[in-house]
Parts: sequence; C-alpha cells; structure tokens
Amino acid sequence: MSGPLLAEFPDAATLIGAARSLKVRSDCGLLDAFAPFPVEDLEQLIPARRSATPVTMLLAGFSTAVFAFALQWYSAVVDYPINSGGRPLNSWPVFLLVPFEVGIFAAALAGFIALLWSTGLPKLHNPLFDIPGFERASQDHYFLLARGESDETTLELRHLLRTAGATRVTEVRAP
Amino acid sequence: MSDVLEPNAAAPAPWVSAYRASDVEITQAVTAPLFASPGKFWWIALLVSAPFVAWLVAALVWVFYEGIGVWGVNSTVVWGVAIADYVWWIGIGNAGTLISAMLLLTRQRWRASINRFAEAMTLFAVAIAGLMPIVHLGRPIYAYWLAPYPNTMSLWPQWRSALVWDFWAIISYLLFSILFWYVSLIPDLATMRDRTRSRTGQLLYGAFALGWSGSLRHWRALRILHTTMAALGVPLVCSVHSIVGLDFAASLMPGWQESIFPPYFVVGAMYSGFAMVVVLALAIRWGFGLQAIITRKHFDVIGRVLLMSSIVMGYSYATEWFMGWYGGARSDRSLVAFEFTGTYAPLFWALLTCNVVLPQALWFPRVRRSLAALFAIAIAINIGMWLERILIVWNTLSHGYMPSLWRVFHFTIWDLAFVIAPLGFFAFLFLIFVRLIPAVSMFDMRELAHRENVA
Repeated sequence: MSGPLLAEFPDAATLIGAARSLKVRSDCGLLDAFAPFPVEDLEQLIPARRSATPVTMLLAGFSTAVFAFALQWYSAVVDYPINSGGRPLNSWPVFLLVPFEVGIFAAALAGFIALLWSTGLPKLHNPLFDIPGFERASQDHYFLLARGESDETTLELRHLLRTAGATRVTEVRAP
Repeated sequence: MSDVLEPNAAAPAPWVSAYRASDVEITQAVTAPLFASPGKFWWIALLVSAPFVAWLVAALVWVFYEGIGVWGVNSTVVWGVAIADYVWWIGIGNAGTLISAMLLLTRQRWRASINRFAEAMTLFAVAIAGLMPIVHLGRPIYAYWLAPYPNTMSLWPQWRSALVWDFWAIISYLLFSILFWYVSLIPDLATMRDRTRSRTGQLLYGAFALGWSGSLRHWRALRILHTTMAALGVPLVCSVHSIVGLDFAASLMPGWQESIFPPYFVVGAMYSGFAMVVVLALAIRWGFGLQAIITRKHFDVIGRVLLMSSIVMGYSYATEWFMGWYGGARSDRSLVAFEFTGTYAPLFWALLTCNVVLPQALWFPRVRRSLAALFAIAIAINIGMWLERILIVWNTLSHGYMPSLWRVFHFTIWDLAFVIAPLGFFAFLFLIFVRLIPAVSMFDMRELAHRENVA
C-alpha cells in the first residue's frame, strides 16, 4: 500500500480549492495542511477535537493560586505568627496578591506544556522535512497531506491534486 | 534585490505601505538583513553602547562593595535613583506585553508590525528593573530571603510587605513574558531554520523551533494558547504595575498613600512604554529599511495613544493636587506646595512640560505625521516619566510629617551611573536581539498582508 501524498501549492486559494474538492470524496482522507501563516478558511475543512489547553490552564492557575494562599496562611497563622501592627494574622486581602501573580504564570506554563503535549513538539525530525521543497512551508508555499484508501484511489488522488493546481505531488514514505 | 518589499507611501492598504507584499517578499524583507553583514551603523552603535555595559558593571561592583552610601540617599531620603529606575524600567517593561496582548484581544491588526520587538523590549526592561531592588537592598546577598524556602532559622517571608509582593510580581511577570514572547516566536524560528545556510544557525534555530512544521493542527493549538495567554496577560500587567504603585500607596507618607496610585501607575507604564516603542520602531524601520511594514499610519495611531495617555496623566496629577488640598491635612497641602515651589520645583515643572504640555502637539495631524517631531516627543515623554518617578520618591521623602527631618537628596556621580548606564545596557541587548531574531513577526505580517489583499 502506498503512503500519503504531499501536494505543494503556490498559494492559499488553490490549496483551499483542492481541499474542498477532496472533502466531498469519501475514499480520500485529508490528513493535514501546512502553511506559513494560520489560514482561517482551512481550519473549518480539517476538523479537530476541542482543545484541552484552556481547561488545563484554568485548573493549573487556580490550583497554584490556592496552594500559594495556603502557604501564606500556614506560615502567617500557624508556623510563624507575627503581630504586625495589630493586623489579623490571616490578612487575607493582601494574601491575594501573590496567588494572583503566580497563578497566572502557572496557567501560562501549563498552557505551554499542554501545547507541547497536544502537538507532539518538540519533534526535531519529521519525515516531511526530507521532502525537497517542504522547507518553504515556513516561508511562502502551502501543502496538503492526503491519503487514499487503496493504491487505485491514491492514483486518482494524485491526479485530482494535480488538476486542482498542485505544482508537485510527492509520496511520503515512513522513515 | 528585486523581491524585497518595495515601500510606497501612496499604496491604498492602511497597514502595509506597498502595492504588493507577498509571503516571499515579507520573509525576504525581514530575514535578509539578518543574513547580510550588520553594516557600519550597527557596529558603531554596538561600540558606543559597550562602554555603558562596562560602566554598569563597574557601578554594580562598587555599590556591592562599598554599600548604597555611594548614592545620594540618606536617613531621611531612604529611596533614590534605584527605586525610580525600578519603576521606570518596569513601566517600559509593562508596555510590550500590554500592547501586544491588548491589541491581540481587541483585534487590532496593526499589531503585527510592532508586537515582536515591543515584547523583546519588555524582556530586557523587566530584567533591568528586577535588578534595581536587589541593588537597593544594601545586602544583596540576602535577596533570596524573599523566597519561602525551608531554612534552619525557621523563618518565613513577611507576606504583608510590599517588597515581597514585588518579588513575586516581577518573577511571575518576567517568566510569563518570556513564554508569551517565545510562543509567538516559534513559527518565525522555523522560518529562520529553513532559510539560514550556516550550520550553527540551523542547529540553534532548529532546536528552538522545536520541529515546527506549519501544520494546521499546530497553528490552531498555537492560536488558542496565544489568545488565552493574551487574555491572562492584560490583568497580569495591570496587577504588576499596580503592585509597584502599592509600594508607595501602602505606606503612610503624605503624597503616597493615595488610592489613585495603582491605576495611575498602570497608565504611566503604558505611556512611557509606547514612547519607547516609538523610539525603537523608528530605529528598526530605518536600520532594516522596513518602511513598508512599519508605516506612517502606525506612528499616527501610536501618536493618538500617546496623546490620550498624556491627558489621563495630566488628569491624574490634577487629582493628586486636588485631593491634597481637599483632604485638608497640613502635610498633604504642604507637600503640594513643596512640589511646585520647593527644592525640586524646576524638575517638577520640567516633568509637567514633558508629560502633559509637549504631547498636546499630537492633536495636530501634521505633528503625528512628522517622524522627527514624534521622535522628539517620545524622548521628552521618557525623560518626563523618569522625572515623575524620581520626584514621587524625592518630594515625599524630603518633605514628610516632621519638619525637623526635612532633607534633600544629593545627587552623586554613582546616581548618574545608575541613570545612564542601564540605558546603554538596554541598547546593547537590543542590538544583539535584532541581529539574531526577526524583529518583526513574519507570520503575523503574512496574515495581515492577506487580509489587506496585498499578498
């Protein structure tokens, strides 16, 4: 069985056109697209699961904030109580400042880790990097990765991508 | 080069000053200067800024060795240049992330041209700002006592102290800003990885690009994270500078214990930060020939932001004076009189001129369109904002409750070192940054060019 096909397009509009014509066929799967900037119209064509990043960030932020508050409360009320100008030992209004700051940082850090987790990065080598011309995916060219169900549909797919305006169609073989 | 972005002021698109800005032209325009030799002016600028770095190191060594008595501080005016520097630098440091995050959330497309270097400005400025309180501690070897850690003395930090809030605010903000900046840098690092021909470049850019392939799924994940971080970044920035304001407002000194301080410090931060962005944008635009990407329209809108901020600053000053009078306390009224007529009065009038009077010229479209005028006003604002910070410190401490304790600050040569040398250090870091990392976000620019129909 042949591997997926990588088709190179000179501009985003041609790529979107090709992706739309692939979408209507049930025997070809649209795997991914590669572009030098986030192309909005493409996002609807390749559906994705709901991202877990925001929830991860929320949980990490709040739990860190709660931990920071608990640490302050424990140190100021239980372990090292100081009468500072008659203020209550649990001076909770000012104890909110530190949890707010570290909570936001923890949320950002968790979001970054979630990004790495969900994208599989860092992954310094990608089989696609071996394909000549793919380095332009980060500059000015647009790529589609699609797979046919069988060898025949792959041939048809190659033809379809060609007629849709792909300048080059390459088969991707697993490394 | 034929395929580098050709600037044309007559082009119709508002935020790209060219008739055509294709993906390849934007990539070329931003990356080509990084692969070419840096040029005469860059070397001259680096050589000029290098002695300032040495000066800063020497000043730090001397203060650490001799103690903070080398400054003009005394037992009445216990704060000085280091504290004013801290507030000023963190103000500039707040603006980069604030500008970038706020413009992202409000969908201001023109942020594409300025977000990258504005955020780099933030990183360097916050790093310098974070140094200042440590220098001012007097016993910098004990700076780590601010952190809660298990210790044989069974001590804990005093959580009710503004110094402890500062510590957490600066650390959280600096680390957050590095992440926010880096996340939006990954795709551009991949572009650099794919364009550079040097082996070292490929290794370094490749490692930091994390294997970015431009996959649609990755773009989606990046956008979700970046937008969420922006939404968190705005309240974080406001809280950080509010905490700086609380350093003063949580005290019991006349002129400091005012509820207006936190918001007024945040606006002041945005004000000085935007002024610094003007200076850096002009330098980058000229140095890299990016007239098509950083357009006159950009300077026009930044001019409007500066004008609005200057009005808010003027209003805040007036509120301070009004409350000083209306509150009726002798110490507050006397302090306002001291500000206008006392020892530091010439500086106070200079501050009002720089921050409130001169920026009113920005009402005129001709001034906003003149880059020279905008540059001059931006420099004046930065000077004015530094004067504001030092005068907040000096005026109150020199004119507290007890007349027998009234003393003035005697500016020494080491104070001067801490005013000037960090500027050179900042310039030095920034010069290195623009040679290593694309100073303009390329993928944001490509998206902008496609939206403006010039790609």
